[in-house]
Amino acid sequence: MQRVKPFDHLVLILGALFMALPVIVAFMSSTHSAIEIHSSGLYLTPGDDAAQTYTKVLTARGGFTGDVTGLLMLGNSMIMGIGFAVGKIVLSMSAAYALVYFRFRFATLMFWAIFTTLLLPLEVRIMPSYQVMSTLGLLNSYTGLIVPLLASATGTFFFRQFFKSVPDELLEAARIDGAGPWKFFLDVLVPLSKTMMAAIFIIMFIYGWNQYLWPLIMTTDESFYTLMRGIKSILQVWVGSQIPDYNEAFALAVLAMIPPVIVVVVFQRMFIKGLTESDK
Amino acid sequence: MSNTHSSAQAPRRPFARLMRGLARAGVSSPQKRVQFNRPLTPWLFLAPQLAVVVIFFYWPSVEAVLSSFYIEDPFGFGATFVGTENYTDALTNSRYQATAVFTAFFCVVVTALSLGIGLLLAVKADKVIRGAGPYKTVLISVYAIAPPVAGMIGMMIFDQHIGPMTDLFAFFGHDLRVGVNYWDTAIAVTTISVWKQIPYNFIFFLSGLQTVPVSVCEAALIDARSGWRRFRDIVMPLLAPTAFFLLIINITYAMFDTFAIFDVVVKDKPANNPMTLVYKVYLDGFKGNDIGGSSAQSVILMVVVAALTVVQFRFIERRVHYG
Repeated sequence: MQRVKPFDHLVLILGALFMALPVIVAFMSSTHSAIEIHSSGLYLTPGDDAAQTYTKVLTARGGFTGDVTGLLMLGNSMIMGIGFAVGKIVLSMSAAYALVYFRFRFATLMFWAIFTTLLLPLEVRIMPSYQVMSTLGLLNSYTGLIVPLLASATGTFFFRQFFKSVPDELLEAARIDGAGPWKFFLDVLVPLSKTMMAAIFIIMFIYGWNQYLWPLIMTTDESFYTLMRGIKSILQVWVGSQIPDYNEAFALAVLAMIPPVIVVVVFQRMFIKGLTESDK
Repeated sequence: MSNTHSSAQAPRRPFARLMRGLARAGVSSPQKRVQFNRPLTPWLFLAPQLAVVVIFFYWPSVEAVLSSFYIEDPFGFGATFVGTENYTDALTNSRYQATAVFTAFFCVVVTALSLGIGLLLAVKADKVIRGAGPYKTVLISVYAIAPPVAGMIGMMIFDQHIGPMTDLFAFFGHDLRVGVNYWDTAIAVTTISVWKQIPYNFIFFLSGLQTVPVSVCEAALIDARSGWRRFRDIVMPLLAPTAFFLLIINITYAMFDTFAIFDVVVKDKPANNPMTLVYKVYLDGFKGNDIGGSSAQSVILMVVVAALTVVQFRFIERRVHYG
């Protein structure tokens, strides 16, 4: 239909380079020693300190308490990502189910009560949120890390839209067969929503994994540190050091990017579907 | 809620407009023909979400509004009611005004650049249908990188000792001092923020472009030979809804999601560095212990975001007309 011009490819190549170069630089530099980086700058070619640096970052104990390792932070980030995604799906699917499939008093009020949360991101109420968490004694806990982030109706909105597109005939048929609300939900709607759940899971996993501000203020106990929190502390150590641990910082950055990037690349199609259909 | 009802007097009442916008967007479109009729079961399904929303959304939000009218004793011995003093203090403070101006400037630049580059790349990727896969994968994968990670890599690239950007600027005769010089830091933070946001815009523009019917493109090809004209007259209007949607998303991104990038790049040394309003809320609240002032700033931001969201819903209403 249209001729492909070399110019189009040139623009794309430049764009892809602009996006990819920082990532490549981070990865390559993480395989060199701090002294090498300090004396000759960042690298675009691999070095031979990879094994040493990554072993150190993953297993060496650090921090004030001397208890925190890269593996521990990786585990915490995993808990954060998966916990948030699962929590989001469970909460928002059941709330959306109630809103779409039931006739009950105050349904409209409940609808507005939940969807008003779309108005304000967590960042603008960060200080009072912290105070509430401290009143409830939830600082330094996985519950405190994950549950408050669930208070946004994005997932509910998405599942509500999806349930509305489900044909009415299904419920009619199910009722004729004598299925109650629980049976209909578990045996009809849940299997029907599998693709949607997977798409939402991917988006929410990345969202949870990438959280920064909330873990930053919620966790003072280093055993709850996520990788994002670890990045903050590795940078704080830099102040006053002769040769900062550039290599370790890069290695930490690489560790923090690998899981979400793999998820996005492997499930690209599903991820795009989830993103473009849930955010609208 | 019926949507035919509210439209009659809508134009004069902004809230009614919002509701109508939401209604059109499918938020409260007609209910299911068949529904369960049980008094208790829906509450069981709603309970978890409601509990989370009440405890972690309404409680802190109300708390923020309340404490914005008080000045808290720094040592925690009670609070004094001061009316709107926190608000007038914040709004008349020159530091706050400078931050607000910078935030606005930052939003405009980040939004314009990341939308522009995202659109350009999406248009090109849409054109080279065959072979676009690898480009797409590279561009999209950056979406998954967290802002603090982007901030840290960017910080190294702009570092005064090891950063290639510093060398590049030195080549053009500018001594780049990120973290020390106000505008140099602004350049670094802006570049990183744009870099991080391009994939998001790219994904949405590309999926928008792919919904443009092939027949329309072919008809346009006959009518206009100039590629630019085809783009301006055919593609742009069809993409307008996506672009409006992205505009709001990008502004909120620049205002809030760039927090981590600022925090990593300025490393708790805000001294002479630029920052956004939300970063100032955090600094004044957590580092400065000025809870009342920080809350007042929160409330001001809440109003701004709420207004943006209303605009967004209003726009969704319009988007329906484009199909």
